[in-house]
Amino acid sequence: MSKSVIEMPPKGGFSFDLCKRNEMLAKKGVSPPSFRKTGTTIVGLIFQDGVILGADTRATEGPIVCDKNCEKIHYMAPNIYCCGAGTAADTEAVTDMVSSQLQLHRYHTGRESRVVTALTLLKRHLFNYQGYVSAALVLGGVDVTGPHLHTIYPHGSTDTLPFATMGSGSLAAMAVFESKYKEGLTRDEGIKLVTEAICSGIFNDLGSGSNVDICVITKGAKEYLRNHLQPNPRTYTSSKGYSFPKKTEVLLTKITPLKEKVEIIEGGDAMEE
Amino acid sequence: MVKQQANWSPYDNNGGSCVAIAGADYCVIAADTRMSTGYNILTREYSKICKLADKCVMASSGFQADVKALQKQLAARHLIYQHQHNKQMSCPAMAQLLSNTLYYKRFFPYYSFNVLGGLDNEGKGCVFTYDAVGSYEKVGYSSQGSGSTLITPFLDNQLKSPSPLLLPVQDAVTPLVEAEAIDLVKTVFASASERDIYTGDKIEIVVVNATGIRREYMELRKD
Repeated sequence: MSKSVIEMPPKGGFSFDLCKRNEMLAKKGVSPPSFRKTGTTIVGLIFQDGVILGADTRATEGPIVCDKNCEKIHYMAPNIYCCGAGTAADTEAVTDMVSSQLQLHRYHTGRESRVVTALTLLKRHLFNYQGYVSAALVLGGVDVTGPHLHTIYPHGSTDTLPFATMGSGSLAAMAVFESKYKEGLTRDEGIKLVTEAICSGIFNDLGSGSNVDICVITKGAKEYLRNHLQPNPRTYTSSKGYSFPKKTEVLLTKITPLKEKVEIIEGGDAMEE
Repeated sequence: MVKQQANWSPYDNNGGSCVAIAGADYCVIAADTRMSTGYNILTREYSKICKLADKCVMASSGFQADVKALQKQLAARHLIYQHQHNKQMSCPAMAQLLSNTLYYKRFFPYYSFNVLGGLDNEGKGCVFTYDAVGSYEKVGYSSQGSGSTLITPFLDNQLKSPSPLLLPVQDAVTPLVEAEAIDLVKTVFASASERDIYTGDKIEIVVVNATGIRREYMELRKD
């Protein structure tokens, strides 16, 4: 009897086989595990000589802070950096992947990477996954054609802007930008404005917090200012300190010797090659 | 066609944490002052602590509208008690009243997680901890709210109460001095505000002892 269905190797992309089972479990009250999101404030702006990117450093798992000082400004190319908001695993994976692709492209072409190349690679990937790769990015860099700043949404749409914000703190940061941005900012004015916008997100949005990271990209140079500002030191440390003398209590000690299961035969046959 | 579920909820969670610690002749009650909704802060200076009687103070986290309604209800009932008995309610009496008030709304609860602290009739510190529908217990220390999962294990380690099942009955109150207990509370809130996004801004610390009720504040992280 011939098989009516030919066994095929699994295709790439997401498998939706477990969707029905997940629905059934959800009805019974079993909640799926939460992902670690970066609940973030990320910003970018174009100034006189290039692009400045900024980000906060808090990573949250629901209402709990899981990383007080994570890095949200990812390297893409020597002249291109990308801030990521959304699911932390997704932003890391997608920026790493496109960074590698850009390097291969640089070897292939012998030229410096262009921001639009990174943009197209990212948007094609994200669109392909129909929004399931939950990565919202602010991409900025300076190449031969000049400074560029783009935002990329999880479903794959992009915008090209002079100033941009993403993440849960984007409204707080955008309020600052809309009030104070003007064209032709100097380097120091730009850094000050980006810091103000990130601080607005840090203090007014509960999903963002801790420190401010800045990255300044200009023609031929980049400056990664990790923890440029640290406005949230620990508020109180007890002067006398705390000790934790109580070790785990031993309630019962019971030793069960295991039976010898292996018989050792002296001078047996040598193992076959 | 699946039956449509309600997508309007009468409740909201305004976040925040509360702690209370009972000592031999004092009681420390503390709560942070941040009120939030979702990812936004509504105010950085909201008091979650309410004085119910001369020697009885309550701190509540959860849905502040329900908390406010509960506080008003208790204040009214306390006033009636004072008219009828010509004296203030003691802390254990108020504890029972709070439990009954919460259970009265068993089928549409007050979304309020309370800790009650004060001095009992002999002047010893006492702390009562509640769930949303009125189940309560007299304990040596307690924590409620969004940061409680971070605070309680630390308090357990430092202040572990002896089991209430052991005989002879052992005292639940801590042997710590008032100043040490306040130091503990400050440390605990500083740590909770590092990791809980809903806890922060300021702590309001209320101390009830023989001389009366005293209030102090401490700054916390604002992010």
